[in-house]
Amino acid sequence: MAIDAINGIVRTVVTGSKEYKAWMGFLSLLALVGIAFVFRQIDQGLIATNMRDDVSWGWYIANFTFLVGVAAAAVVLVIPYYIYDFKPIGEIVLIGEIMAVAAVSMCLMFIVLDMGSAERFWHLIPMIGIFNFPQSILTWDVVVLNMYLVLNLSLVIYALSKTYAGKSYKTKLIMPFIFFSIPAAISIHTVTAFLYLGAPARPFWNTAVLAPRFIASAFCSGPAFMLIIFQIIRKTTKLKIEDAALHKMAEIVTWCMAVNLFLLGSEVFKEMYSATAHIEPFNYLWNGLRGHNQLVPWIWTAVIVNSIAFLILIVPSIRKNFFMLNIACTFIFIGVYIEKGMGLIFPGFAPSTLGDIYDYMPNSMELWISLGVWAIGLLIFTVGAKICIAIKTGEIGHADPSAHH
Amino acid sequence: MSDDIKGKEKSLITRRKFLAGLTAGAAASALPAGEAGAYAFEELFRQHYKRLTADELKDILAKLEEEMSFKYGKEVHAKATPPIDNTVFGYALDLSRCIGCRRCVYACVKENNLSRDPQIQWIKVLEFQKGNNKWQGLEHSNRYYEPEQVPEKGRFYVPVQCQQCKKPACVKVCPVQATWQEPDGIVVVDYNWCIGCRFCMAACPYGARSFNWGKPSMPKEEFNPEIHYLGNRPQYKGVVGKCTFCIQRSRAGKYTACVEACPVGARKFGNLMDPNSEIRYVLENMKVFRLKEELDTNPKFFYFFSMGTGVKS
Repeated sequence: MAIDAINGIVRTVVTGSKEYKAWMGFLSLLALVGIAFVFRQIDQGLIATNMRDDVSWGWYIANFTFLVGVAAAAVVLVIPYYIYDFKPIGEIVLIGEIMAVAAVSMCLMFIVLDMGSAERFWHLIPMIGIFNFPQSILTWDVVVLNMYLVLNLSLVIYALSKTYAGKSYKTKLIMPFIFFSIPAAISIHTVTAFLYLGAPARPFWNTAVLAPRFIASAFCSGPAFMLIIFQIIRKTTKLKIEDAALHKMAEIVTWCMAVNLFLLGSEVFKEMYSATAHIEPFNYLWNGLRGHNQLVPWIWTAVIVNSIAFLILIVPSIRKNFFMLNIACTFIFIGVYIEKGMGLIFPGFAPSTLGDIYDYMPNSMELWISLGVWAIGLLIFTVGAKICIAIKTGEIGHADPSAHH
Repeated sequence: MSDDIKGKEKSLITRRKFLAGLTAGAAASALPAGEAGAYAFEELFRQHYKRLTADELKDILAKLEEEMSFKYGKEVHAKATPPIDNTVFGYALDLSRCIGCRRCVYACVKENNLSRDPQIQWIKVLEFQKGNNKWQGLEHSNRYYEPEQVPEKGRFYVPVQCQQCKKPACVKVCPVQATWQEPDGIVVVDYNWCIGCRFCMAACPYGARSFNWGKPSMPKEEFNPEIHYLGNRPQYKGVVGKCTFCIQRSRAGKYTACVEACPVGARKFGNLMDPNSEIRYVLENMKVFRLKEELDTNPKFFYFFSMGTGVKS
């Protein structure tokens, strides 16, 4: 049976439509280009990037931060299905978890890429190395991210093997782990926010609202991305995804975007009304500071597309139109990517603690490497989702495609 | 700058392989090829400084001397002098004297074997406009001033280096304890333990930490052969370094290089525990302040104006 299962899985991965093969080929190509540039970075050191002492974290950490949010967003599916027993989401909850696995994998890749001496990663292993826990928040992030990865990977493998055998996977054994995945998802994003907000040297980050804002925007960007992917999946595979499931997700995105915009407003008020010297990085981002204004068009684009998306989503009849929904989702993805990536990381460093402004933007090597990471992440997701769909629809294994568990 | 580096570092040959190759060819070399390889291997699995036994440390220092002597063609003395009892180092800088000449910066670079290309400097001299009321938070500084002559009229200068905080934000955030505070108050980095995550750089309010973005390099003839394991030994690509109050000098009872280089005597250094020290005199007789006190990092680096407001410029 194990041999059958492996055969089935391999067959599923290597066969598919022309579009599937083109997509996989395209991602593999991007991944290879990225890997080629990684060799250059290893050879020269991080000097090959545009980061310097004044802006010591850049594009990699920006992508990492955004992707932690995407990973955390799996709970947007877990909560309605497992806690409120909202059946339509049952078909897609595993795909959400596969997305979480792919996103956390990308996060870990970005972290390793950003390390100056990654060959010393063993220094982080408790007992063998020195794990500065609980003092360093970075060690907390190592714990929660790896835990979340293992948790989601185990849940997916367990559920799929049960489904493969034609059994229900909602067993007593697994439910505590599923419930645990909810606070775990919140924790990865909270702890990541704490990395930044725990730095009083950086007034731009040193705000308590950062953690809730992270969660709110994560629950927008992750589901927005998944909403588009689910529509692609139901057009290209036999998996049935009901409109009700997508509408429920869109509703959740709507209210999370409302909270996100509200928290942003609080932040804007606090900075502008207090108008202390700590407003400088805020000005650097929103208005430009002493002639440095490269982030200004980006952040205004982000806030405008997020607001338009919110206006589309707030009216139920409009958001139920899939064309409009897709516009909103695309806008949210772009908006949150800017806001939480470059809009959060770069101004934390500008002006620097000594008052210098270094206008950091990633160079082409950083962009190619990041694209490579995204490609690898999407490869993980595509392969995982394809196997998952094949098992769920009964193409392989013994699942009865007509029965819901 | 990064473009020349790229040109120079095209080769895939690492420092180790290069060394090994060279030594294999040279019969009279200090390091036989096999040993160099073993040394690289040892380095990859070397334990944290605090976990090294006395024998291991002795061995490592001997190897370091051998390697550095070979690389720089000088007799090298590598030490790991421990802290002196009843000693906590403190520093004070007289802003009314500083003329912004940056001699301290260059003396520091030379003493501490800092990379020349890419350029790393542990002391940053900030220039401010007189009458600009935003200088204490350091918001409106100019680090890249290039006048014909200093001091310029209407300007004043604030040199900043590691403030050797009693509550160091950088130490707290390090995920692997590669940086810590020694009993004499000096915050040090184990260059063989740092993983290069740069969280300490995000946490430091004084911009005191410098990352080796590329492979450090310096002319052979300028290499300072008196090195300390936690201080001025050459660093590696991908690790963070910082001012250590010239640990190789201060623990030997000497002034730091920046104190000695200052042509106007603006820099004062000594043992805070010794009531007769120069630093205690400054603390007791001058009105001193520290940078960014609101963060409560408790620096052991003080600033003062010995000449009140009547500074000539």
